[in-house]
Amino acid sequence: MGDILGLVAKRLGLGLVILLVISVIIFFMVELLPGDIAEAVLGQGATEENVRNLREQMGLNDPALVRYFDWLKGAVMLDFGRSIVTQETVMSVIGERFRNTLFLATYAAVIAVPFAIVLGVIVALLRNSVFDRVANVLTLTSISSPEFFLGYILILYFSVKWSMFPAIASLSDGMSFLDLLERTFLPALTLVLVVTAHMMRMTRAAIINLLASPYIEMAKLKGTPPWKVIVRHALPNAWAPIINVVALNLAYLITGVVLVEVVFVYPGIGQALVDAVSKRDFPVVQACCLIFAATFILLNLAADVGAILTNPRLRHPK
Amino acid sequence: MKPNKKKEVLLKIRNLKIEGYTDETWVPIIKGVDLTLHRGEVMGLIGESGAGKSTIGAAAMGYARDGTRITEDSSIEFDGMELTTATEGERRALRGARIAYVAQSAAASFNPAHKIIDQHTEAPLHYRLKKRMEAQEDAIDLYNRLRLPNPEEIGFRYPHQVSGGQLQRAMTAMAMSCRPDLIIFDEPTTALDVTTQIEVLAAIRDIVDQFDTAALYITHDLAVVAQMADTIKVLLKGEEVEEAPTKQMLDNPQEDYTKSLWAVRSFESPQRSREGRECLISVKNVDAAYSAGPKILDDVSFDIYEGMTVAVVGESGSGKSTTARVITGLLPPQKGEVLFKGEPFPADYRDRNKEQLRQCQMIYQMADTALNPKVKISEIIGRPAKFYSGLSGAALKNRVDELLDLIELEPSQYYNRYPPELSGGQKQRIGIARALAAEPSFIVCDEVTSALDQLVAEGILRLLDRLQDEFNLAYMFITHDLATVRSIADEVVVMQNGQVVEQGPKGEMFTPPHHPYTDLLLSSVPEMDPEWLTTLLEERGLENIGEAASDNIDPDAKKVMPSDV
Repeated sequence: MGDILGLVAKRLGLGLVILLVISVIIFFMVELLPGDIAEAVLGQGATEENVRNLREQMGLNDPALVRYFDWLKGAVMLDFGRSIVTQETVMSVIGERFRNTLFLATYAAVIAVPFAIVLGVIVALLRNSVFDRVANVLTLTSISSPEFFLGYILILYFSVKWSMFPAIASLSDGMSFLDLLERTFLPALTLVLVVTAHMMRMTRAAIINLLASPYIEMAKLKGTPPWKVIVRHALPNAWAPIINVVALNLAYLITGVVLVEVVFVYPGIGQALVDAVSKRDFPVVQACCLIFAATFILLNLAADVGAILTNPRLRHPK
Repeated sequence: MKPNKKKEVLLKIRNLKIEGYTDETWVPIIKGVDLTLHRGEVMGLIGESGAGKSTIGAAAMGYARDGTRITEDSSIEFDGMELTTATEGERRALRGARIAYVAQSAAASFNPAHKIIDQHTEAPLHYRLKKRMEAQEDAIDLYNRLRLPNPEEIGFRYPHQVSGGQLQRAMTAMAMSCRPDLIIFDEPTTALDVTTQIEVLAAIRDIVDQFDTAALYITHDLAVVAQMADTIKVLLKGEEVEEAPTKQMLDNPQEDYTKSLWAVRSFESPQRSREGRECLISVKNVDAAYSAGPKILDDVSFDIYEGMTVAVVGESGSGKSTTARVITGLLPPQKGEVLFKGEPFPADYRDRNKEQLRQCQMIYQMADTALNPKVKISEIIGRPAKFYSGLSGAALKNRVDELLDLIELEPSQYYNRYPPELSGGQKQRIGIARALAAEPSFIVCDEVTSALDQLVAEGILRLLDRLQDEFNLAYMFITHDLATVRSIADEVVVMQNGQVVEQGPKGEMFTPPHHPYTDLLLSSVPEMDPEWLTTLLEERGLENIGEAASDNIDPDAKKVMPSDV
């Protein structure tokens, strides 16, 4: 076990280094954007002097490197400064929205991951059957359709025609958890449809890849029924690639859902990012990018650790 | 071997035909084989690769591997039940319960994700023959009978935590878990060292005897089958050649093909001596290890003279291949050095110049994986010729033709082909041509004949011998097969646990007195005599075979006469 802890520590360290590099890239990319923040804030009617004062006040005259380290120091303590537009702290702008995004992502993942893996196991068992083909075609169709299109189709049937679920996923304070689940069901379902195909197809491929192994033949020659051959003998050795695809899709659920948020008017972080970019609210943009990067790194780290934990050679050294 | 056998028929195969799907057509693999096996009887199926032994073994379980099918006019009758017309469910209910299977590579055939004992108890639990605790106790009992070390505990390990010979015995125990009527042994000792093979053979023979289980024992090794089987059936390209009781088959084979298999390996190259030759490669006090791991080589020293063959023998893990990696510069040693014609050779191949690199070439065990399947033969052989000799255009083509001629393959036929289109022996010849293309003075041959059938292997050995005389090549011949050593070596180096325990000219090595380890290796090679294993076990005692035997030997021990062990 000590080896694994060491490995995790090493990966975590590496993740931090990557995050640092990304923070540099994010900060200076934003720096490179055309236009001056102070001018943008004050608008076209601003006098030269006003702009100069504001620049002074915002510390924009300091060298970039100094500003980077100031920003980084804050970011470590989750203080990303103040929004240029609203003058509120960045955390108060996006904190709530990030929690909403996490909630929606979790909601979708809790449905999609088990669903995709079970479906993957079933199509691996019934490979090349009609069911396999139908499942493949359906999941591929759903992944190939634009998310907003899927969202509107779901709204058309589930809210407009059948009045089962609300079309708008607006949130209010004091909502019960069940209400919350009902409100956000359609956006969650849209996301499920988008991410299922990848995970299902990887589960199927990873299992089928192992079916030529001598130990699978051995299991068959022990009289093991087909479903047990798949579930007990193939699946435990197929986790590593499956976990990696799951992690990528979870990251997508957090970072790539802006269209779904727009369609369902859901107050998530994606919308906040788009707003901030259009309003040149650089502190918010930087904070969002850094959070997304950290999400990717953490999930990939989790996938690596998961893959290691499912490998008996690493779990039980000689 | 066993008298008063009940003559009840257990397995009756008639007119078995199996087809395989290749190139979009069904081609026959098994062309009408009959087989009758009685209860408690052990039948040996022998033949070269492609003879269809394993396919018949699987068919006896009513199982056709992916891409093969049993034709409708075949009949496989197991204990009165016709398997070809039975439903898949009925056939499956026999597997594991009444017919069990022991695969060639236990390391690959145990599922890496589960403990050994959980895999053992799977069938008895599935068939509801036993409760889990009972099944585990029974497993431990079987481990005990198969003389596995720590029988109480070994089942609770994962497959990768157990050695190959032990896994093979654990797999035999697993096959016994439901006390089947029939076990199919599919080359169960082929992947093992000779020393380990003995304990597995002894264990299998013992347990089959104890439970009076019938068995089909599939192998390509005649001497092995002679120890195990009551009757032997010889197969060639999907057809039966002949069948007879073991003793009769060994003493008096009828068919020419069988006689050719029985003939002792005829090729033996005359032993060369060092006289008048220059020392080419000199390994001096080398210690080596992989990264921070344990020491693999411990003070290894030996010389290789030009134009001579030095065979390096030892069990797997004894450091044979690691020594080759040190010489070729793939693994710089921790201590010691390699001299080439008396001059130090840079330890890392990256520090060697072209002229130094060309001197040492390698031929690998698995020609299949050593040749890039997507590259034409002409390019595989042409690349080293281009790299080392700067040939191009017509000169390069001539050189490739010349090399193909040397390895006895018609240039016009093979020039544009790809490795997957060639047979195993032809691929190995391409490997040889690739090594020759560099015009080396020294070639490392790493188990080059182990994956080949006997007759094909002999062809390769003859070719290597001819090329050696023609180009004054020195070979370092890594092998675990002492018959190969007998036929090609001039000098022998015996390695054990990374140390050289004995070295000298071949003649001396094969005449006593031997180092105890050499003696163990020599006496572990199965002989054609059906009583060989029995006699050997009586001499050595059950506690002193296999891993235990080699562990008991001190590398610094004095030479002994064979009878002293």
